[in-house]
Parts: sequence; structure tokens; C-alpha cells
Amino acid sequence: MVEKTPKLDFFTYVALIIGIVVVGFPILYAIIAATLPLEEVSKVPMPLIPGDQLLVNIKEAWTRGDLGTQLFNSFVMASGITIGKIVVSLFGAFSIVYFDYRFRTLVFATVFCTLMLPVEVRIVPTYEMAANLFGPLQGVWNALGLDSIISWFAGHDIEVNLELSLLDSYAGLILPLTASATCTFLFRQFFLTIPEELCEAAKMDGASPMTFFWKILVPLSKTNIAALVVIEFVYGWNQYLWPLLITTNQKMTTAVIGLQHLIPSPEDPPNWHIAMAGTLLVVLPPVLVVLFMQRWFVKGLVEREK
Amino acid sequence: MLRKRSYFKSKGLAYFLVLPQIIITATFFYWPAIRGIVSSFMRSDPFGLKSTFIWFDNYINLFKDPLYLKSIGITLMFSGSVALLSISCGLFLASMANRALRFTALTRTLLIWPYAVAPAISGILWLFLLHPSYGVVAIWLNRVFGLNWNPLLSSRDAMLMVVLASSWKNISYNFVFFLAGLQAIPKSLIEAAAMDGASPFRRFWSITFPLLSPTMFFVTVMTIIFSFFESFGVIHAVTQGGPGGSTNILVYKVYQDGFIGLNLGSSSAQSVVLMLLIVFITILQFKFVERKVQYTG
Repeated sequence: MVEKTPKLDFFTYVALIIGIVVVGFPILYAIIAATLPLEEVSKVPMPLIPGDQLLVNIKEAWTRGDLGTQLFNSFVMASGITIGKIVVSLFGAFSIVYFDYRFRTLVFATVFCTLMLPVEVRIVPTYEMAANLFGPLQGVWNALGLDSIISWFAGHDIEVNLELSLLDSYAGLILPLTASATCTFLFRQFFLTIPEELCEAAKMDGASPMTFFWKILVPLSKTNIAALVVIEFVYGWNQYLWPLLITTNQKMTTAVIGLQHLIPSPEDPPNWHIAMAGTLLVVLPPVLVVLFMQRWFVKGLVEREK
Repeated sequence: MLRKRSYFKSKGLAYFLVLPQIIITATFFYWPAIRGIVSSFMRSDPFGLKSTFIWFDNYINLFKDPLYLKSIGITLMFSGSVALLSISCGLFLASMANRALRFTALTRTLLIWPYAVAPAISGILWLFLLHPSYGVVAIWLNRVFGLNWNPLLSSRDAMLMVVLASSWKNISYNFVFFLAGLQAIPKSLIEAAAMDGASPFRRFWSITFPLLSPTMFFVTVMTIIFSFFESFGVIHAVTQGGPGGSTNILVYKVYQDGFIGLNLGSSSAQSVVLMLLIVFITILQFKFVERKVQYTG
């Protein structure tokens, strides 16, 4: 502090405490609700003193919402997206920075432009693509009239249908969200700051490109990787639109989507205690990741957007 | 483009390494985007069996549709309110946390976690708080202000609810950036101004605030992108565009018309409009990044 400003200091702390309480209130309220039995939670207004039903409610939410399966799906999806994005981007950035080829700039521009194509603006065609990965191939097939050629050879009518659906599959949940312009961009920026001499020395020692990649580049990128692990895990866990579209089977959906079934509709008894117990379970993993890896998370977030 | 002077020569390997990224990008980004653009110029029958090329009819119909125009208005109001609320709260809390020297790390921990809450869940939490029959905040509002608060029936209340849920989630994100921006401002500048007798408020408005303007711009752009696209989860989980279409923001309407209404032509045209919008925002962002580089360099 530059000078003594006791009044302003007091105001600072009061404002911060109020801010923290206001920001924390929704989750605090959810925690209290999750500990109460039905007759308490449906009292108007709900008491603000926690009850002792937390474990009972969690168990109820777990079975009613099939949360075990869905949390597992969320976990697979979030980890798949995280690992996929980081691996694909590391390779991509390595190729763009450490090799010289004609289409390098084009490749980078192609990847970079996807920043402007969030899944929300290409909902229907991306869904069609996932519903049948071979759709475009089938189009080519039909355009070339290959069916009739085959039929002519075979002497009877043959129709070829190419189909590979990603609906209700882990691949479908993960793959379309795996390419990432921001990760590639971040790794590229970082690689560009690595001294030239390292690569020179590695080459002089006769290291192959992949040896250089695994032994030098990846260890040097550890901090960046850690930061991206946090950000992408939270991103993957919290995805909404894509899993909503691509999964129809309750067993394949993610926890964030599945939670909706626990929210009482006007006709149901007001089972908000169950809904909130479920909410806590679904919120917990990403919140823990952010809190425990705060240092990397902030670093990654601030650097990523620069 | 920037490049290294020292590089490897094996072109085959270079293409092989970048191939996964290219395949995924082409399959799930470019092909669908192109398909979307093409079908925005087509009219197809409900079964998707026949489609005819109709030039700009989808777009013309779109901008003649009062529901679409209403959705544009709703989106602007929604994004504007979310930006105003979450940016002002984020900036206020960050400057307070920055002042509270000893507790910066602790306050950061206590304010950062809503970032990890999914937008849809943020919506559910706020629905519980603002539920007309059970929500503690709703009951309090009704008792203290004598309001007839009901976000399930009233358009105005529903809008307020989704704005609150989206802003709440976004405060922590903005807070992180503002705090980082504030901590990057050289202490010597502030001290020099203090020695010249500038009060803390004066210092904030004349020094901190202008130096923070690049962060401010960035945060504004990101908040608008968030409220345009990611708040889909809030809307879908809580109001489903209702009541009476009062929270039907553009991205929800794309989904509704495309997936529920199966009006592919119109939905595609709406997607293209959104795509153009985000291209515009991204260009804006880049102009700003360039300026910022000159600024600090």
C-alpha cells in the first residue's frame, strides 16, 4: 500500500467478504438443501441450517439419476478431449514450427480459422457428419455412379451403403471436439520462444526429429501441458450442446446432461434435495481440479488468451 | 510467418505429424461448415428427400420473420446485461483483491471456482434460488419488495434469471483476467502518482483504468462470445427459450429450428449469420492483439 488509508482498507475487506459470500451463496445454498429431508426442503422458506440427510440424498441421486454411469461417461469424455487435444496440438505445432514445407502456412491458417467455427454455429451438419462419417464418401460413390458399374459386373442390382455412425459412442463424444486451434496456437507460441541452439545441438548430436520432440520439447512444455490439462478437462466435463445432440441412450449421456432428469417438474414432488445432491456430485470434479491446480490454471488461462 | 532458422528436413514426417489435426479439422469443422453454407441456399422438404436451390430466400425470410428479429433483440439485451454485470463485478472484485495485499491468494481461491461450474448447472442453481414456490431469493423478493416474482411465467423475470445465472458463472473468469492485468501494472507508476498527491480513486481512473483497457477489451469480447454461444446450456436447462420465446437467444433458436422444427434451410441460414458474426468478433480481437503488442513493445 502506498499510503495509509484505513477507511478504504476497511471498505476493501468488507467488499471482498460480501463479494465472496454473494458469489458462494448459490453453491452454499445447494449444499444445505442437499443435507435436508423432503419435508424440510419444501418448507417455505427453506431453513438455512444443514440437516443430516446428505449421504441419504446423495445415494438417492446416485441411483435415480444413474450418476455412476454418467459420471464415468463425463470422465471418459473430459479425459479423451484433454488428451486428444494436447497430443494432436503438440504434434501439429511441432510440425508447423520445426519443419519447413510448402503448405506450412496454409496448414496453420486452416487450423487457426477453426477458432471461428464453434460447434454451436454448425450444429445440424456436424450432427449429420457424426451420424454417418462415410456420408461424404457415399456422395462421391453415388456421383461416380459406381453402383451401376458394380451392378453391371455382377449382373444384378447392388446398392452399396457406406455407413459409420458415431452416435451414442465415446468416439462421437470426443473426436469432434478434439481439434483445437487455441492449443495449437499456444504450443506454437511457446516453441517459438525456445532457443534455436537446442535444436541445433540436438541435430549435431544426431538426434532424430522424434527424439528431439520426446526428449527435449515435451519436457520443456510441461508447464504448458499442465495448464492445458486443467482448462481442457473443465471444458470437456462441462460440454453441453454436443453430448445433448449425439447421445440418445441414457447410458451414454454425460452427467451434466443427465442432471436435468433430477430437476423436479411442476407435477413432481419438489425433490430439490435430491437434485442438489446430484448437482454437488457433478460439480465436484472440475471444481476440485481448478482449486488444486490453480497456479497452472491461471497461468494457462491468461497465457492462452494472449 | 515466424519461423525457426534451424529445422528438420523430413517432409514426410512433417505431414504425418500434422495429419491428425488436418483430418479432424476437415471432417468436423470445414465439411460441416461448407454443408451448412450450401444448405442455407436450399429449401428441402421435411423428409430431406428433395432440395432446391433458392438463392437468398432463406436469408430474406429470416430477416422478415418477426420471431427472428425478436430473437436478435433478446440476444442483444441478454449479452449486454451479462457483459455489464459480470464485467463490472469482476473488475470491482479484482481491484479489491489486488488491494488486499496479504489475502490476494486466498480471495482468488474463493472467487475462482465458479469457473468450473458448467453453464447448465449454473442455470439449475439459480433456478433453485429463484424458483417461485421454493426459491429463497424469490420468496425474499416477493416479501420485501412485494413483487409477484415468477420466472416460470413472466418474460421479464425469466430473462433476469438467465442473465443472473450466466453472469454469476462469468464473474470468476473476468476476475482472473482483471487480477492478472492489475498485477502487471508497474507499482512505480502508482507510487509516482501517489507522491504527486493523487488519491486512490484518482489513481484508479487516471492510471490503472487506462492501462487496463486492453484487458477490458479482451474480457468484453470473450464475455460476448460466451453469452452468444456457451450460454446455450443455461437456456436449454432452465427456460428452453420460454416463456413465450422471451429467452430464445440466437444460438438456441438455431437448435430449435434445426433440431426440433427440422427447418434445415432456415437453421442453416441462421448458423451462417452467427458464423459471420463470430468472424467479425475474431477480426476485432486480432486488431486489438496487434495494437496491444505495439503498446507494450
